[in-house]
Amino acid sequence: MIGEHSSKQYDHELEAIRSKVLLMGGMVETQFEGAMECFRVGDDEAADRVMADDHAVNQLEVSLDDACSHLIVRRQPAANDLRTVFATIKVITDLERIGDESSKIARTSKSLHSRGAVNGLNHYDTVRTIALATTEMLHDALDAFARLDGKQAMAIIAQDALIDHEFKTILRNLITFMMEDPRTISSALDTLWVAKAIERIGDHAKNIAEYVIYVVEGRDIRHTKPAEPEKSAL
Amino acid sequence: MPTPIPTVTPRPAKTIEISGLNFFYGKTQSLTNVNLDIHDKQVTAFIGPSGCGKSTLLRTLNRMYDLYPGQRAEGSIRYRGHNILDAGQDVNMLRAKVGMVFQKPTPFPMSIYDNIAFGVRLYENLSKGAMDERVEWALKKAALWNEVKDKLAKSGLSLSGGQQQRLCIARGVAVKPDVLLLDEPTSALDPISTAKVEELISELKQDYTIAIVTHNMQQAARCSDFTAYMYLGEVVEFGETDQLFMNPARKETQDYITGRFG
Repeated sequence: MIGEHSSKQYDHELEAIRSKVLLMGGMVETQFEGAMECFRVGDDEAADRVMADDHAVNQLEVSLDDACSHLIVRRQPAANDLRTVFATIKVITDLERIGDESSKIARTSKSLHSRGAVNGLNHYDTVRTIALATTEMLHDALDAFARLDGKQAMAIIAQDALIDHEFKTILRNLITFMMEDPRTISSALDTLWVAKAIERIGDHAKNIAEYVIYVVEGRDIRHTKPAEPEKSAL
Repeated sequence: MPTPIPTVTPRPAKTIEISGLNFFYGKTQSLTNVNLDIHDKQVTAFIGPSGCGKSTLLRTLNRMYDLYPGQRAEGSIRYRGHNILDAGQDVNMLRAKVGMVFQKPTPFPMSIYDNIAFGVRLYENLSKGAMDERVEWALKKAALWNEVKDKLAKSGLSLSGGQQQRLCIARGVAVKPDVLLLDEPTSALDPISTAKVEELISELKQDYTIAIVTHNMQQAARCSDFTAYMYLGEVVEFGETDQLFMNPARKETQDYITGRFG
């Protein structure tokens, strides 16, 4: 999609923005995976690394916003270029939030592991399914953005409903634990915060997929019902 | 991938309906099967690379090409129900109704007042008082009155480029046309004069149907309601301006407006 402008410099500027977004995507993916590993095994140093990486992600967000506004003022992008710039500004906001959620998971992991194990509640097993599904969803969303693949983006959007459903299952599960044995309440709440953060990361991945469709097809499917996207082409 | 079809809003009435239009400079065909409608009290912009036929198309709309031998048009341009390409068409009356402003300001070498009055006298016999009123009205319409009201007797050539162009627009407006054709009206003007002319276009839209040829895509995006992208004498895409610049239906249009051309 990018490339072949009469102005080569314009191509370079767009390509520089694109590769920076992909870099940022890779960074938050690593952050999320690191955070989940901390949650699983309780590695304080790794948790600190995840939180420290958040600064670099924030810096990238600022510099990408700046690059996009410069591109707008210098090039007055139109059509698919305009949509790409617009979507980029939106995508990096979602990526930055994913970084925040990952930091939150790392921080919660530290507090959970500092209190030691609780009988009966296996915190990681509780969120394993939702974590794996969200990791895959985030990876696919970034992949769809890199390749501007509208079909893949559509599939990701459908996947978000599963993650929301899984979160509700976890919630019921944890409530049962807390009612049966109040000593699990602290750990169960920590696990719940983590599950919520994962569920939010799924929402952000879904947003990214929606922007991919906006770039590729020029239609805005946010806040439409899942059945509508197919029809709204007419 | 299915192309989104622009949402259909209630369209204003058609002022000009062009269908199956072909145009020839001698043996060279420069417009091929042009079909589009120009809507009442809307601004229609024509964009495209040099030589794509956009100025030629504009010049067919008031038969400006009649002035040159060897140029001819085929097909139909229906204006208010009549095909203006018919041999029986009164070309002078047509040009009174369909006025034109050119790329370079072309004031006549006479006073500012007479620049306006000259055209009016060709079509109407007004008293001195009525003519004074008409000149003031036209200059006000063209947002020039305040700048020239104290020097109406001065030569039109004494004005700045931007003022000269607005004088030409005032001259076009003075004969109370129906349609105004603007052929790159700001390409010789500085940004401030350009902004004034663009402002004027949106004012004039209240009363007139406007067709504008421009090389400046941002200008088309800023001041038109409909845009036609032309290439090699054909209309590649015609549609609502916002739609065409946000999400064009044709790849050729997208390549042109995003600068991937050539």
